[in-house]
Formats: sequence, structure tokens, C-alpha cells
Amino acid sequence: MPPDLDLRVRINGRDEQMCCYGCQAVARAIVDAGHTDFYRHRTHVSNTGAALVPEFIQQTQVYDHPEIQKTFVRSTGAHEHEAALILEGIVCAACIWLNERHVSRLPGVLEVQINYATHRARIRWDDSRIKLSEILQAIHNIGYTAHPYDPAQQQLARERERRTQLKRIGIAGVLGMQVMVLSIALYVGGWSGMEDEFRQFFRWIGLLLTTPALLYSGAPFLRGAWRDLRNRSVGMDVPVALGILVAFGGSVHATLTGRGEVYYDSVVMFIFFLLVSRYFELMARKRSAEIAENLARALPAMATRLVEADGTERQEIIPATELQPGDRVLIRPGAAVPADGTVESGSSGVSEALLSGESTPLAKLPGAQLIGGSINMESPLVMRVEKTGLDTVLAEITRLLERAQQEKPAITQLADRAAAWFVVAVLLLAGASGLYWWQHDPDSWLPVLISVLVVTCPCALSLATPTAISAATGTLLAQGLVTAGSARLETLARATHIVFDKTGTLTVGTPAIVGVKRDSGLGERQLLQIAAALEAHSEHAAARAVCARVSDNPLKADGITNFPGAGVSGRVQGRTWFIGNAAFVQTHSGAGHGCAAPAADGATHILLADTERVHARLSLRDEIRPDAQDAIRALQQAGKQVVLMSGDNPAAAHAVAGALGIDTVFAGMKPADKLREVQRLQQQGAVVVMVGDGINDAPVLGTADVSIAMQAAAQISQASADMILMSNRLEGLSNGVRLAQRTLRIIRQNLVWAIGYNLIALPAASLGFVAPWMAAIGMSTSSLLVVLNALRLTRGR
Amino acid sequence: MEIIYLLIPLSIILVGLIIWIFIWAIRSGQFDDLEGPAHQILMDDDSPQPESGEKQKQEKK
Repeated sequence: MPPDLDLRVRINGRDEQMCCYGCQAVARAIVDAGHTDFYRHRTHVSNTGAALVPEFIQQTQVYDHPEIQKTFVRSTGAHEHEAALILEGIVCAACIWLNERHVSRLPGVLEVQINYATHRARIRWDDSRIKLSEILQAIHNIGYTAHPYDPAQQQLARERERRTQLKRIGIAGVLGMQVMVLSIALYVGGWSGMEDEFRQFFRWIGLLLTTPALLYSGAPFLRGAWRDLRNRSVGMDVPVALGILVAFGGSVHATLTGRGEVYYDSVVMFIFFLLVSRYFELMARKRSAEIAENLARALPAMATRLVEADGTERQEIIPATELQPGDRVLIRPGAAVPADGTVESGSSGVSEALLSGESTPLAKLPGAQLIGGSINMESPLVMRVEKTGLDTVLAEITRLLERAQQEKPAITQLADRAAAWFVVAVLLLAGASGLYWWQHDPDSWLPVLISVLVVTCPCALSLATPTAISAATGTLLAQGLVTAGSARLETLARATHIVFDKTGTLTVGTPAIVGVKRDSGLGERQLLQIAAALEAHSEHAAARAVCARVSDNPLKADGITNFPGAGVSGRVQGRTWFIGNAAFVQTHSGAGHGCAAPAADGATHILLADTERVHARLSLRDEIRPDAQDAIRALQQAGKQVVLMSGDNPAAAHAVAGALGIDTVFAGMKPADKLREVQRLQQQGAVVVMVGDGINDAPVLGTADVSIAMQAAAQISQASADMILMSNRLEGLSNGVRLAQRTLRIIRQNLVWAIGYNLIALPAASLGFVAPWMAAIGMSTSSLLVVLNALRLTRGR
Repeated sequence: MEIIYLLIPLSIILVGLIIWIFIWAIRSGQFDDLEGPAHQILMDDDSPQPESGEKQKQEKK
């Protein structure tokens, strides 16, 4: 850079000197786009002279490659794509504002959302109008770096933050102890007489020790308060910082003039205790984030692909991200499954503990589904890959969790708003009582002012709820219940009715054919083949049982019409066939009655008919889940109404309900009937939780106040569900309800404590009953108490 | 009493030393894992390796 170079950009009416062409270009881009407010709002001056890497442009273009995009971009429409990015260089709220404004103005960008806490951006754009690399470059142009979200990098950043915080706590603690020793000497000296010479000496030493504690350990509070003031808002840090500064300033004044009291001990102690409670809060957040991140990292980095060349099979180690649907991979014992797929050969026990919390390995035979991230325990398996990257079950769960963490429940929003007003009120009260005491007792106005500022505990108000929620979400996840929105936790706790679907929810969901009654010239084998050809097009559990019975079906069906929850019709070998429940077959086939169902025997019957007659009746039976009984009883004991709604015949539904002790049973219900019934309950004031499975439950799941999908459920019902029961163990559900109730209770306790504490402490402090050191202990104890109370939720039961 | 003019600066030097050691400990990762080492001493490195499937099961508990 030539030394006599003179580069200038006009910003807010002033010519500003620029250090290099790069910075000039950045500044001009910001000014030209009309974002000069950034310079007014920014609280942190960007690094200057950082070399602009020309490779950066090339680097970003790599991210346009569809192969690479597969790992972090999700398509949400024809040309619409969504990606999670991590932004570097975010130091304050103004940066968020600038980035959101700048990026959302780019043509083709549909939505930008930046999370300040995680520095994570969610961007949705139209691929036909703008490329991802152009977005990345636009962000780069205003001085930030964006790259695809990588959990490992996030982890490093969090680790760094933890170390800094530990350092702050340690230094405040060690210095605090020294200051305390001196203060005790001063207190005792004040009582029994002390030479002025020594008293002054002690005060100077106190000043010497407190200054680094204030500047280093107290920095987060000072910086936070400064940021709040810049943004013309008042946060929790404002009274804290003000209290520290007033106490410190008053003490320095007393030290210099030799008159008045010093409060160095209160300053350091306050900083120390407050840092400790913030540290606990950080740990609570970290723990629940970690459980989610472990999920994201469960997919192995490498996979063994089987390639056939010249008639021989070869093994090839490739990055797991390069797997394509249709690939065959070998999974060795002890290795994790690299993508979603089905077992092609081999049999083994596979543990899905990470997903469900259930540690017993599940037996997987050829044809069984494997979920990416589960671990093969016993013997080698060959899997055919079906879904990779962002389409996998694991990615779906991670996304739900991310959404849950970004959403703020109503109670938190309320507490946040209340906390802001509370802070303003405290500042006014502090000013008023300071003024009052100034006039009536000039000696004690300073300690009263400090006490009022320090004793208030708005953190208990706005800290308590989010900590409880994130602790609860983490615990639920460990038990196999994935929550998609923390607001739902609250609703779950208030639920009055819990509605179960039968098939696949209360029962195992894989019924088997227990009997075939024929009334036909065709053989049993042929009838089953026809049935299987039709049912291959249905997702219903009964359909899967029929298909499972027939292997290597030579028949194919066409002209399929699917009637969800009722049956399927289609043509096989030129003849039109109907298969489904009795009502469906009779109304659609016109075949009349035949193979009438026997008296209630608890089994499910489906009929196979052509346009003339009913050819066969297939009887299916589905086992009740082993833990259903305990779960239902636990829910009933918790005061919930348990309801069974089934599309099955009354006999089958009542048999299951009877075995489980459910009184309210609705049988033979179509999806529309279930919908109407749920709405009717809601109109009566019930808060309905719907637990369901399968494609025909999707609309009902959408209507219920809280919907819970079983993990085996078809993808579409997961999309509209609020929670997913990963373990397929109903026990997780009853535990979840209990935990939700506990969460709500703990949030209430915390709020009551926060309000009660402040109601007593504030007047006491402004009346002069509370010395600054007592205020420091009181406030820190209060916020530590709410955080520890919330942390109880991380413990089971 | 004049002795405190020696003792207090001495204690400040001590505090400086403690802080320096503390920062060194954090930098070198002594506080990164507060639970693992407690379990580590209970695990034998020299016992024969169990079969991999067996080992995984044990870890699950």
C-alpha cells in the first residue's frame, strides 16, 4: 500500500479516511445501499486492513455446487432453497440489523432470520434469481464472513467462551478474597479504632485489587449495559453495571479524599456471585444444545460403498455425504449407519439408543428399515441407501429442535417485557430514594443508592423461564420425546384429553394375517397376491401386513385409487378389485355382502372383492404394546382423560380399549370424523393432545392442541406434529406429560420467588435497611436459586 | 505494625502468582473435562479387550 494514498468515503456527511481499497469498497457498499445507520448504531469497530482474499470469491462458488449443497441446503419449493449459515464478526445487535437489512434487499432472497445468541442465520432464496455464492459475497461485502453452519466450529466457539468465563470467575474470586480480608480489617478497625495511616493504606490496596476485577471480570456487565444504552433500551445489565460503577466510584472518591466509606468488597463479591450464576445458566443451555448436537454428529464421516465391477464386488471408502439413494453400503459391527435405508442382506441387532433412549438392540432382518445414526451391534449388514443428507430422519429431528430453540414461549415473552419495565422502575426508585436520603441524611445516600441498584433481581424474571424450558427440552430429548416448539410444553402440561390412535400407537403397528376365509374360485395364494399388489400402494399398517405375507409378487396393479383410512381400488390383470374395510368394499364395489365378519373377536377384517362378489376375508391381529398399560394408567392417574379413536371396527377397538382400561372409545372413524370429534372436544374447553401414527392422521394431528407422532409414522404426519416420540415407548409419553407439568410448576415457582423477593428487598433497600454487601449476596443468591431450581429439570423423574 | 507494609505487598505478589497459575491451568485445558478423569482411573488399560459388540453394550449402561 503506497504511503501517500488518500482514500475517502463520505459517511453521514463526513469524509472518512480509509486504510485500503478493500475497506473503501466495503464502506461504499454500505453507504450506497443506504445502510449508513450502521455507523451510527455499531458498538464495535471492525477490524481494519484485513486482507481481502481473492480466493474467497472462488471459495464461495464451491457452495453453489449441488453436490456440496446437499449437506446444508434444503429445497422448500421448485426453486426455493433454505440454508443454515453461521456468521462471523457479529458483535452486537446492530450487526444483526445490518445483515438482515442488507441481505433481505437482495433480489431473490425470500427470507432472512438471524439469531443473535447462536450467530446462526436461516436464509431462504429463489435459486432461479440468485445464487448462494452471491448471497455469501454480499455478506462479505459489508464486512462479515458467512459460511455453512458447521457444528464442530460452533462447539469450538462455545468452548472458548466457557474458558473466558471461567477465567473471569477465578480472577474475581481470588481478588475478592483478598479484598474481603482488607475489608474485615477495616470493619474491625472502624469499630475498635485504627490509625488513619493504615486505614488509608488498606483502602489504596483495595482499590488496586478491585480495579482489575472490575475491568476484566465485570467487563461483560459493563459491555452489556453499554450496548443496551446505545440501542436505547434497558436490559438486566443496566442496573447491575450502574450499581457496580456507583459503588466503585464512591469508594474511589472516599479513598482519594479520606472521607466516607469504601465498598470494594461489595463490588468484587457482586461480580463474582453474578458470574457464577451466569455460568450455571450457560451450562444448562450448553447441555441441552449438546444433546441436539450429538444427534447431528451421529452420522459417520465415512461409509463403505460396495461397487460391482467386472462381476466382482469391491469395497470403497467414501465420505458419507457422497452417498446417493440406491447405493449399497456395508455396515460393520460397531459402526454407525451412514444414511437411511433398508437392509438388503445380513441380520443383526441395531441400537437406536441415540434416537430413542432405548438401549436394547432391535433385530434387523432383510427388508427392515435402518435409520442413519443408529449403531450396528452384532454382525455385518448390507444396506441399500434410500435417503441421504437433509432428507434423513435425523436431519428432520435436528431441524425440529433448531426451531424449538428459536421459538420463545408466550410466558417468556411476557417475562421479558415485564423485566424491561421493572428495570426502568428500579432506576426511578433508586434515583428517588437516593435523592430523599441526600436531603435527610447526607451520610447514607450512597449506600442506599448502591443497595437499591444491586439488590434488584430482574434476572430471576427473565432468566428463570428460558433456563427451565431449555433444561426440560434436553431432558425430554434424552427420554426420546423430541419437542418442536417450547410453547407446546406449556400446552402439554395443561392438557385435559389425550387421544390415541390405535394402530401403531397403542399397538405395535405391524399386524399379521391370522386367517383367510375364501369364497372364491381362486386359490388362497392367488388372492393374497392380488391383495398385495393393491396394498403395495397404501401406507396403512394393514396394507403392510398383507404385503409382508407375499414375497416376490408377480402381479402388478394399475389405475389405483387410494381412500385413506378405508381402502384401495385398482385393476389387476384387467379386472377391477377393491380391498379395504367392510363398509368401503360394500359401498364401492357393489359386490353385496359376503364373507360377513364373525362375531366380535378383536381381530381386524379386510375384504377383497371385485365388482361382482366378495372373494375373501383377511383377518389381522395386532399386538398391544407391552408398556401401553402402564403408560395409560400413569396418564389417568395424572388426571388426564384418555380417549381411543380408531378407524378400525368396534370389536377390535373395544378389545384393545378393554385390555388397557380406556373408557371412552370411538371406533370406525374416518379421518374427517376424528377431526370433528377433536374439534367438538375443543369447543367444550378441552385441551386435546393427539397421539397418532400414519398418513390418515395428519389432519387430526394438525387440529389438536398438541400433536405427538410416533417415530415410525409416515413423514407427512411428522411434518405437522409438534412432538415426536422417538422411542416408540409410550412410557416416554407419560414421562413427558409429567415433566411438562413439573416444568410449568418450576417456572411458576421461579416467577413467584422473583416477584416476592423483589417486593420485599426493594422497599427494604430504599428504606436503608440493607447494606451494600447484603444486597450483593441477596441478589446473587436469588438468581442462583432460580437457575438451580430450573436445573432440577435435567434430572430424571 | 509496620510489618504490614511488607506483608501486604507480599500477599499481592502471591495473588498475582495464583492468578497466573489459574490462567495457565485454564489455557492448558485442566478445566475442560471435570468428570472424565474421575472415571478414568477406574478403567484398566491392561485387561484383555472384550469383543467389540460386548463393549458397546457395556458403554450404553
